[in-house]
Amino acid sequence: MGISSYLDDTVHVTSLDWFINWSRKSSMWPLGFGLACCALEMIATFVSRFDTSRFGMEVVRPSPRQADLMIVAGTASKKMLPAILRIYEQMAEPRWVVAMGACACTGGIYKNYAVVQGIDRHLPVDVYIPGCPPRPEALIDGLLQLHARVMKESGGQRAKLKSVKAVAR
Amino acid sequence: MNQQEIRDKLFEQFGEEVIKGEDLFRDQVTLTVDRSRIAPVCRFLKEDPELAFDFLSFVGAVDRYPSRPRFEVLYQLYSLQRNHRFRIKALVDETDSEPAAIDSVVSLWPTADWHERETAEMFGITFKGHPDPRKLLLPEEWTCHPLRKDFHVEGNDEETPDLPRKVEQGS
Amino acid sequence: MHEVASSSDTRVRETFELNVGPHHPSTHGVFRAVVELDGEIVVNVTPHLGYLHRGYEKTCEAKTWHNVIPLAERCDYMGATSNSFVYCLAAEKLLDIEVPERAQTIRVIMAELSRIFSHLFWLGAHAHDIGAFTPIIYCLRERECIMDMFELTAGGRLMPNYLRIGGLIRDLEDGFVEKARAFTDEFNFRVDDYEALLTKNPIYVDRTKNIGILSSEDAIALGASGPMVRASGVRWDIRKSEPYSGYDQYDFQMAVEQGCDVYSRYLVRVREMRESAKIVRQGLDKLKPGPIRATKPGAVFPPQEEIYTKTEALIHHFMLVVEGVRAPVGQVYHVIESPRGELGAYLVSDGGPRPYRLKWRPPAFVNLETLATMTKGAFLSDLIAILSSIDIVLAEVDR
Repeated sequence: MGISSYLDDTVHVTSLDWFINWSRKSSMWPLGFGLACCALEMIATFVSRFDTSRFGMEVVRPSPRQADLMIVAGTASKKMLPAILRIYEQMAEPRWVVAMGACACTGGIYKNYAVVQGIDRHLPVDVYIPGCPPRPEALIDGLLQLHARVMKESGGQRAKLKSVKAVAR
Repeated sequence: MNQQEIRDKLFEQFGEEVIKGEDLFRDQVTLTVDRSRIAPVCRFLKEDPELAFDFLSFVGAVDRYPSRPRFEVLYQLYSLQRNHRFRIKALVDETDSEPAAIDSVVSLWPTADWHERETAEMFGITFKGHPDPRKLLLPEEWTCHPLRKDFHVEGNDEETPDLPRKVEQGS
Repeated sequence: MHEVASSSDTRVRETFELNVGPHHPSTHGVFRAVVELDGEIVVNVTPHLGYLHRGYEKTCEAKTWHNVIPLAERCDYMGATSNSFVYCLAAEKLLDIEVPERAQTIRVIMAELSRIFSHLFWLGAHAHDIGAFTPIIYCLRERECIMDMFELTAGGRLMPNYLRIGGLIRDLEDGFVEKARAFTDEFNFRVDDYEALLTKNPIYVDRTKNIGILSSEDAIALGASGPMVRASGVRWDIRKSEPYSGYDQYDFQMAVEQGCDVYSRYLVRVREMRESAKIVRQGLDKLKPGPIRATKPGAVFPPQEEIYTKTEALIHHFMLVVEGVRAPVGQVYHVIESPRGELGAYLVSDGGPRPYRLKWRPPAFVNLETLATMTKGAFLSDLIAILSSIDIVLAEVDR
């Protein structure tokens, strides 16, 4: 009744939160950022057979300034970690992190001196995808879960995350 | 040439004061060469027309801790002209006053450059005369040698921290 | 006016340094190079490695002989089967195990499929670096076919983890042979498609011919192997010179080019894909029924069905899992021709259930040493073409 019947389906009424979240999740640009084995499955996901452009994610940006989503695909070595943090810092808010594969989640089979035992020690991870390496279907499922999570955010901005500080080398 | 002929030729050329030992396992001979004579032996292996080891597969090391001498430095060779392989090693020890050291073979086989840099940082062996003795794989500020047997596989926060420690301010 | 001209004459020429990587789309992972430039000309390249150093060799020392295989496969994720292949061959030599013929043939089929798999990805990524986007879409399409076959018979897509010390984990799945046959029948036409996009494409040829010259002397001195030396006119393929796993029974040509440049490396790899498809077809033809694993109780896992029916087999299986096999004291070195060149495994045993030392001879690591030689005096944009022509896999370079 009221205004909606008067407008007669030419205009949709919704909350601002829903609209902002919907536009964010519908064109989330991932950072083209592969670390190890999982990067190959990530590339396989982006191209023809699995095709993430179905979810508005085909624009893989090499520059962190233009990206919203960091898929940590592979093993984060201790030598690489400062660079990863620096790339994360250069991404503009709002930004999301997906830990893809056992190594990014927990260090995986590399429980040793050279590998960071889980990227969540240093980055705020939104979605964890297990597997060594995860199948493209698993990655797509993780991305869809991230979309669902984005739809639950409110106030047009993300909850305050713990601050991340990179160390210049 | 087969493994035995190469072995005999080396014994004939250098004798027992240079070639300290031999080991035959599954048709592969490993000769132990005196550490101070590694450069002339390698030169002979490369330049002798019958041996002609023009290709160095790798330089590596094995830590025999706690037995002495502690390290074996390995040279795995291949000859493209003759299609044969051979392996020599040298025993290198480390004392409190003197670090483990051996002559570099980069001048003979340029490919030894990165192999020696890797072996140096992983085991703490110095390759004398190496043209570019920087670290290769490990972060610059680490001082540990991970492939030594007394280094634990998981490392520790002191020697292998996730992030490089900040330099103390004002000091 | 006169003053301006004279002051510009006395200006100092100086080089500047450009940092490429470790996060750069054309470095195939996390390779970093500091490039010294004079204008657009490369004066010197200093590679910085180790951004994917995962402590592979140290970790292997803490695993039993059988447990190393998954770690080995992750060492070169582009052609995973080659790695488990060389590790199994070295461990079999150490433990003195004879692999049955059927297992040898299947291993060759899997290794050649993974060579095609690796070269396909290389071709796509290389063309992408040069600026041609289309080939990667085509190449990954065929790569998916191979992944389907791996998945069908081994379970894993990228890392089949199919080989075991003494043979294979299981026999080929029903339908694999037909699928592989259909793939090899089709594959030559697919390669024709890629070649139609690149081989005579003037842009591609201009950007790759006479770029990144590596003479055969330099290649051998710097330890390069595989397609890198074959593109420099060296007739050396370990499948021919030191045949393993019955490679001497296959009829295939060694792909050799004389150009010494990026274009020749492209031609060599494209021809190798065709030859590999030929080998796969021959392997499928000579497949005969038989055992797929050697019988050596206490060293090789017994067949799955015996574990459920025979007490002895169950005990052997249990002991292998809990304690592992005790290898005799000694050391062996074994090499194979991986998609990138001489891949070697040097194993040292002290008589215990774990490798005392495992030294990997990674071809990509050694091939990368040639980068500085090839790029001297090249343009910066050619550096990307040259780097991608080496076909580096960072996991193998840094281990």
